[in-house]
Amino acid sequence: MALDKATVARIATLARIRLSDDELEPLAAELSGILDWVEQLMAVDTDGVPPMTSVAEMTLPMRDDVVTDGGDRDGVLGNAPRAAKGFFAVPKVVE
Amino acid sequence: MSGLTRLTIAEARDGLRSRKFSARELTGAHNEAVVRSGPLNAFITATPERALEMAAAADARLARGDGLPLDGIPLAIKDLFCTKGVLTTAASHILDGFTPPYESTVTEKLWAAGAVMLGKTNLDEFAMGSSTTTSHYGPTENPWRRAGDNRPLVPGGSSGGSAAAVAARAAMGATGTDTGGSIRQPASFCGIVGLKPTYGRCSRWGVVAFASSLDHPGPMTRTVRDAAIMLRAMAGHDPKDSTSAPVPVPDFEAALTGDIRGLRVGIPRDHAGAGDLSSGNAALWQSGIDWLKDAGAEPVEISLPTTHVALPAYYVIAPAEASSNLARYDGVKFGLRVDGESLDDMYEKTRAAGFGPEVRRRIMIGTYVLSAGYYDAYYLKAQRVRTLIARDFAAAFERCDCILTPTAPTAPFAIGEKSDDPVAMYLNDIFTVSSDLAGLPAISVPAGLSEGLPAGLQIIGRGFDEETVLRVAGVLESAAAFTHLPSFVAGE
Repeated sequence: MALDKATVARIATLARIRLSDDELEPLAAELSGILDWVEQLMAVDTDGVPPMTSVAEMTLPMRDDVVTDGGDRDGVLGNAPRAAKGFFAVPKVVE
Repeated sequence: MSGLTRLTIAEARDGLRSRKFSARELTGAHNEAVVRSGPLNAFITATPERALEMAAAADARLARGDGLPLDGIPLAIKDLFCTKGVLTTAASHILDGFTPPYESTVTEKLWAAGAVMLGKTNLDEFAMGSSTTTSHYGPTENPWRRAGDNRPLVPGGSSGGSAAAVAARAAMGATGTDTGGSIRQPASFCGIVGLKPTYGRCSRWGVVAFASSLDHPGPMTRTVRDAAIMLRAMAGHDPKDSTSAPVPVPDFEAALTGDIRGLRVGIPRDHAGAGDLSSGNAALWQSGIDWLKDAGAEPVEISLPTTHVALPAYYVIAPAEASSNLARYDGVKFGLRVDGESLDDMYEKTRAAGFGPEVRRRIMIGTYVLSAGYYDAYYLKAQRVRTLIARDFAAAFERCDCILTPTAPTAPFAIGEKSDDPVAMYLNDIFTVSSDLAGLPAISVPAGLSEGLPAGLQIIGRGFDEETVLRVAGVLESAAAFTHLPSFVAGE
């Protein structure tokens, strides 16, 4: 599966990773190489085989719907690159 | 007192209880060894003062006669485990300065058992790699060198800092995580024991997530007994991890009876031609079969017909999960931020600057295989193959009680080798990745030297049967009698 530059640019946008134009070509080659190798999977007969969602044969546990943690705003904001007035601060998103 | 860094955890436990030496002396010797291990770059952060405080608390308990299971044992922690108040990096630029306000469950359990934290060890960025060369903090060197060749070798990865620290006698044991082989392959490369427990045995809470359905925390030690001791302290149900198994934790040490008479050991012959298995590692595999046979076990030929595509399946599933897990690094909540004109501009610039090339590659692959039009062809296909791999093991375990394979296909390679071909690097995990996909317990035990460098053998067991895995590993360990020391030893 050969990826072209346009596809790589689209994936980068979806993944929110900025790429410069001169990075697209080498990355397309690298990703195509990996996908070519992954193509071996297509030769495996998986008709009627369910996809595995978890190796743990268990249903998700339930618990009482009560507060178990919280009330630590300063701890939560403590690692924020920028915080203001008790909130995470980001560039303006509403004009 | 000299020689303290040469002790096993079991020996140190006895010495501390009989007051032959104090926890402070033991920790002091290891703090010095951590400093001397500097040339290996095994540690990202050393915490000598905290170690001495923890050791003093252990001494107080030991003096009162109410010592805990791991009281005073100095350990290194892979820098993927969140440690409260101590820098946690995942070896990534994007987590610059991140100081967790909480402690991972596994490390919390270790401290509750009395263990002492020496520091945080180096790894491949976000645990993505097999060589500990993709770290933002530079590569870790293997303490072993090839005879007559001074080129630094990789310690394996991703838990390469932990493996190098334990092998070089800078720590008595360490935590690792294994997603495709990241505990066992570095254990093999550095001549130590690495145990990946069953999925769900050790909580993932507070471990920086790579691929959640595949991430397994586990111990790395110099002996099988030490792995059993550490695992007992690390394991157990954790309500904070919804995939943590609500099963009791056995006394794993009690499983080390040395008696494997009548046990059926599966030998997957389809592995013999796999990858580029070196002649040295193939010969060690045969030795392993002979040792277990001599101890009264019965080798049984088995087939794992789908495992030849385990790696390609892994390189769809793991990047898919990683692309989702790593969406949280956006420059808002923690770590690096690169300012931008808009929110999207900030996200894109931050993530471009913060992720290294291998992490970026995997996020891109994962984003692609999950994107509209490719989800069925790649992601669901790989998950179906994963079901077949689990079925292969289930069928094999009807005929055998455990499985013996090499851990890695080759001896450690030089730093820089294989780094220009991602797929060549991925092939390191050819023997380890299947048991991650199936969630089964597996251990690597040093079996001997191949090309003058350590090589491990792997025992894979049934789910939640770490006891059989450890028992067989103990027999392999005794038969192999691996007493070689690496060329570089940091401990006295």
